[in-house]
Amino acid sequence: MSVDEKKQISKIDMTLLVLVLLLVVFGLVMLFSTSEYNGRVRFHDSAYYFKKQLFATALGLMAMYLVSRMDYRFFTRLAPAAYLLAMGLSTAVLLFGQEINGSKRWLNLGPLSFQPSEFAKVAVILFLAWQIDKSRKDTSGFWFMCRTMLTLLPIVGLVGSNNLSTAIIILGIGVILIFVSNPKYMQFIGLGSAGIAFVAVFLAAESYRLERLAIWRNPEKYEKGFQTIQGLYAIGSGGLFGRGLGSSLQKLGFVPEAQNDMIFSIICEELGLVGAAVLIIIFGLLMWRLCVISMHSRDLQGTLICAGIMGHMAIQVILNIAVVTNTIPNTGITLPFVSYGGTSVVFLLGEMGLALSVSSHTRAPSAYNKK
Amino acid sequence: MKKNKTFHKKKVWVVFLCCTLLLLGLIGRLVYLMGFRSDYYYEKAQDLHERERDIKAARGQILDAKGKVLAANKTVCTISVIHSQIKDPEKVISILSKELSMDEAAIRKRVEKVSSIERIKTNVEKTVGDTIRDYELPGVKVDEDYKRYYPYSSLASKVLGFTGGDNQGIIGLEVKYEEILSGTPGKILTTTDARGVEIDEIGESRIDPVAGDNLQISLDANIQEFVQQAALKVMEEKQADRVSILLMNPQNGEIYACVNVPEFDLNEPFTLNTDTDTSGLSQNEKQDLLNQMWRNPCLNDTYEPGSTFKIITMSAGLEEGVVSLNDSFYCPGYKVVDDRRIHCANRNGHGAEDFLKGAENSCNPVFIEVGLRLGVDNYYKYFQQFGLLKKTGVDLPGEAGTIMHKKENMGDVELATVAFGQSFQITPIQLATTVSSLINGGNRVTPHFGVTVQSPDGTYVKKIEYPVESGIVSEKTSETVRYILEHVVSEGSGKNAKIEGYTIGGKTATSQTLPRSANRYISSFLGFAPAENPQVLALCIIHNPQGVYYGGTIAAPVVRSIFDNVLPYLGIEKTAPVENVTPTPTEG
Repeated sequence: MSVDEKKQISKIDMTLLVLVLLLVVFGLVMLFSTSEYNGRVRFHDSAYYFKKQLFATALGLMAMYLVSRMDYRFFTRLAPAAYLLAMGLSTAVLLFGQEINGSKRWLNLGPLSFQPSEFAKVAVILFLAWQIDKSRKDTSGFWFMCRTMLTLLPIVGLVGSNNLSTAIIILGIGVILIFVSNPKYMQFIGLGSAGIAFVAVFLAAESYRLERLAIWRNPEKYEKGFQTIQGLYAIGSGGLFGRGLGSSLQKLGFVPEAQNDMIFSIICEELGLVGAAVLIIIFGLLMWRLCVISMHSRDLQGTLICAGIMGHMAIQVILNIAVVTNTIPNTGITLPFVSYGGTSVVFLLGEMGLALSVSSHTRAPSAYNKK
Repeated sequence: MKKNKTFHKKKVWVVFLCCTLLLLGLIGRLVYLMGFRSDYYYEKAQDLHERERDIKAARGQILDAKGKVLAANKTVCTISVIHSQIKDPEKVISILSKELSMDEAAIRKRVEKVSSIERIKTNVEKTVGDTIRDYELPGVKVDEDYKRYYPYSSLASKVLGFTGGDNQGIIGLEVKYEEILSGTPGKILTTTDARGVEIDEIGESRIDPVAGDNLQISLDANIQEFVQQAALKVMEEKQADRVSILLMNPQNGEIYACVNVPEFDLNEPFTLNTDTDTSGLSQNEKQDLLNQMWRNPCLNDTYEPGSTFKIITMSAGLEEGVVSLNDSFYCPGYKVVDDRRIHCANRNGHGAEDFLKGAENSCNPVFIEVGLRLGVDNYYKYFQQFGLLKKTGVDLPGEAGTIMHKKENMGDVELATVAFGQSFQITPIQLATTVSSLINGGNRVTPHFGVTVQSPDGTYVKKIEYPVESGIVSEKTSETVRYILEHVVSEGSGKNAKIEGYTIGGKTATSQTLPRSANRYISSFLGFAPAENPQVLALCIIHNPQGVYYGGTIAAPVVRSIFDNVLPYLGIEKTAPVENVTPTPTEG
């Protein structure tokens, strides 16, 4: 067994690793290109954002390496504690959080700042995997579904009170994991309808959310549609092959905070339709690897963890690009590995470490045949 | 620990497929935005990034008949500073204040202001601009620009007109020939970031301006200058309000001079030419005074022509055959028309006289009689046939139309007054043009200044064509009219216009302005030479002269002095038998 273990550990999914490294490098290059102007204008340092992101990426790569060398089941065991910690941190951020751009999302830890909501996503993936795995009863029941969702409500509430987008992502991850753990389909159609109804009521309850819808339909008519419109100008002016790396004009203060949520629009402007499509395809390949690892996992825990990570990636990529292209109303979701954000990149790389760990513990076909 | 079952794998696969579908959908959305809508957004983005600076085109020059430049361009500079590019503000401030002789504090304020571009001074002389450029100060921009400049300042001011801040014509030929003169402005396109700071790496694209074409006019600066002096002299001598003199070629309508004193300085068109105190006036009142000053009374204003209009009555009568040179008339000093007694200028009456003598005497009853013989219908017919009801089509803006009785409202009394030039109004240019046509053999010419359009490098020249309507009177009538008018000068009321050696035709006029009680007069004289083949026609109109106000006494000598100089200048040979060979010294 110990020989088997060693053999398996050496067999991490190289395709996934290459894709992740590709994304990380691509992300850093684009982040530098995009943030260069803002860094220069605000901090008199073109590499201001790049350096911070580079540091976080280095930290994240280390985390990825360490996590990938460990057995993911170790993390599943820690899941309840991680979940409680996430709740604690989310509470702390409400009380002592540092306010940036009008949102309390950061905890100051000396020279570093930390965004607990990013940790919460990982915690939720692990916690749900743990819960579903540990549940003694059948997981196909409707009540199990409801109960599992209910356990998510505290963290959704805490995170959602100041960061609606992340709360949506957490809910999305929850729905995907429950969907995977349940053999039925019909219930989810019902759940989906209920979700849509809930969203409709939620939107109608507050007029400013309806305004968002109006802006979405006619961004040029509203002052608040400025960001959306500037993003569209960037995307549209990219054309087929783009203006060339580093040649975006929209990043020169036209697209506000170009290095954050709207970074994809600058990628479109600089690299064109071809570059943007290649990036989407890389994300698609990444999801495909995560899907494959999930399906080949030796146990349900691994399957659920990878499905959760895939869901997390998919939700963020799809929602981010949909927002930037004004396909759906504006909501602040970052593009994984590319948008500026240290906490995000550290935990994303950590997640990739988990996936690699799962991949290294699959039943190798040869080992399977021996038995 | 649980095993993962097949359905788990299947479901993960379902999730993956859904996500892939969504990603494909987003790629489709991108294809739409970046393929089909690309041009739209690209253009919008371009508008956002580009700042446009116009480069003025050099405006075409206005040249006189001899090629002298009447309206030219002066290169001036605009000095600006670009805050973000300034390296040494103190040096910039001290040099600019020294070179522009401006207050240092004022420049400091602009240099230190955080803005994309700040203008320091406009209309700086080119030499000063060049000096500043030679310092090669980073952040200091010297842009060249054109400003209209009139070398003769006030000469023909109301004809030439002037231009506004964007070099666009405001009055006169400058506005009439705007399209020819203006050229096409160029553009400098620069790309800026959201703060408006220019991005140097991209550089600027430039669309060069196309200079306007030159306009050569028939007006001759030498003649204009001489005529202006004559006008100023008589205005001063007679303490008149204003004097207008028009000199044209009756054969083709070319105008040699159009003087309206007082003129104004074209280089300072917003300064009044009178010493009116404008401090107490509102903006509108000041503007009214300026508009008044800019008017060209030769064509913007109408007046009662008075006796000069008898030329028209005479022509109509001769053409219709209701009167001939030898017809006999009797003038008791008045004529009764219907129930009105209309006086002759000579209240004692001219007694018995033939038509020629009546014309020489400018006898009202004779012309009333001719008018009545024609009748309203015929008179109106000729009025129209001679072109008096339409505008002359002179190439200056704002020509006024004729103010005339409606035919159906014209009775004999109205007809009688019109016959000797009262109770209706026409412009001086209308009178000069109509008389030109009557004495040139019946060709209604279009009075004009513009002769040719020339490209700035002289590679092409285009002649401007004007319509001519022939046959408005017969050649015979025209000849008779010339004969009569020659006699008016040689024998009659126009004798003060006589010049030895030249045959001169003409007609005097003295009219009272409305209201009659004000006792304000307009004295005028219309003359042409040589009488048998007119080459020059002059119309001199003196508004509100003090003292003697008879046209024959004060206006005819003005035309005489002009002809005395202009006829030799134009190379017109003396044709009349000369009694005294020594030439008369020129006046003025």
